[in-house]
Amino acid sequence: MKKSTKNNFESQLNRLQEIVEQLEGGEISLDESLQLFEEAIKISSESYDYLNNAELKVKQLIKSQTGKFDLSKFE
Amino acid sequence: MNFTPLIFSVSELTRLIKKNLEELFPIIQVEGEVSNCTYHTSGHLYFTLKDSSAIISVVMWRSKVALQSFKIKNGMKVILQGSITVYEPRGNYQLDCNKIIPKGIGELQLRYEELKNKLLAEGLFDNERKKSLPEFPEKIGIVTSPTGAAIRDMINILSRRMPSVEIIIFPVKVQGDEAKNEIAEAIKILNEQNIVDLIIVGRGGGSLEDLWAFNEEIVARAISNSKIPIVSAVGHEIDFTIADFVSDLRAPTPSAAAELVVKDKSELIETINNLLYNCKNRLENLIDSEFKSISGFINSYAFNIPKQLIKNYSQQNDDLVHRLDKSMNYLMTNKKNQLTNFDGKLVALKPENILRRGFSIVRKNNKIISDANDLSLKDKIEITFKKGKSTAEISQK
Repeated sequence: MKKSTKNNFESQLNRLQEIVEQLEGGEISLDESLQLFEEAIKISSESYDYLNNAELKVKQLIKSQTGKFDLSKFE
Repeated sequence: MNFTPLIFSVSELTRLIKKNLEELFPIIQVEGEVSNCTYHTSGHLYFTLKDSSAIISVVMWRSKVALQSFKIKNGMKVILQGSITVYEPRGNYQLDCNKIIPKGIGELQLRYEELKNKLLAEGLFDNERKKSLPEFPEKIGIVTSPTGAAIRDMINILSRRMPSVEIIIFPVKVQGDEAKNEIAEAIKILNEQNIVDLIIVGRGGGSLEDLWAFNEEIVARAISNSKIPIVSAVGHEIDFTIADFVSDLRAPTPSAAAELVVKDKSELIETINNLLYNCKNRLENLIDSEFKSISGFINSYAFNIPKQLIKNYSQQNDDLVHRLDKSMNYLMTNKKNQLTNFDGKLVALKPENILRRGFSIVRKNNKIISDANDLSLKDKIEITFKKGKSTAEISQK
């Protein structure tokens, strides 16, 4: 199985998981923990935005008269 | 009249039979069931065709065998095209077959089986070849008809589950003669342009003929050559096409494909909520344990020296108070005893007790007289006895 590249949302989600693991590892100071927690809040609010405030974009790829394929809006 | 028949040599007779038979059946079609089928190492195919009451030998030469898209097996019902030939050395007549058309089992079904077996043998269906789908695709290519219900269903589902994705539709014909080429080209172009993270190839349900484009080799090859992961979504649950076997993932229907390729946003929100909750929880525990370690400090020996000192002083203080209390008590008891003594003496000195012994008290104008010089002649005095009082007058000085 070949692995595909990660997109931004995916890396954000991974980072969030990483933060939880770091916090659970318990090898960090309270200061660092607070910083990580702030980051976690920032990431999750961005992720909520990504999931909630989006509208599906639908385009079509069609051969133009010049023989090139161009993207246009799909009605 | 005496008729003497002609006498033929065997060769002459056979040649005559051959000429007549071959002229009589130049091109014929004959229907029957295959038996005694042998693919000879030479590449030629020999079998017999039979029905309930007769059999005929069949030969198919290597060059014709190569043109057949499927292998025949014993028991198969077929229609053969060919001509009758006579094999003189054996005196056999046989059918020289140009084409075998399957009967009963549809021709399409046979082509399907043939291509499936061919591609299977090439390893095109192997699991190792299958690419994993991206977990969070951002752009999804869809190769399908732009007008069918299938594309509408997919748009609706993707929009509900994961509206942050972008769909790029590559409109193609999904049935008819051009369909296979259009579908294959669409996959190729999407790969060249490299603008999508995965491709759904499919169409809604239909007859075997309607779905046929997805059983064509050119489509199978295009899917197999794609560097972008491909999900096949052809027809209904029960329809299995060659495209399904060669694709990286088979979705039973186009709607199912839309469900499979993206995660549901509400589930993701739930996941994020949980992660954040874990963060918060962990942080709270951390603060709690920091707090505990501070309390540890507070309870440590060093931190408690002043407290101990205070305790010591306090104890000393208590001790002093106790001692003071004790001595005060002693003192008080002492004084009390003295006081009791005094009391005894006082009781003895009480006037009533003195009067009891026979003494009297003399008062003049309510003043006690203890000196005779305080009295003059005729002074009135009051004498108080143990019992009762009397008044008297001084008669002599």
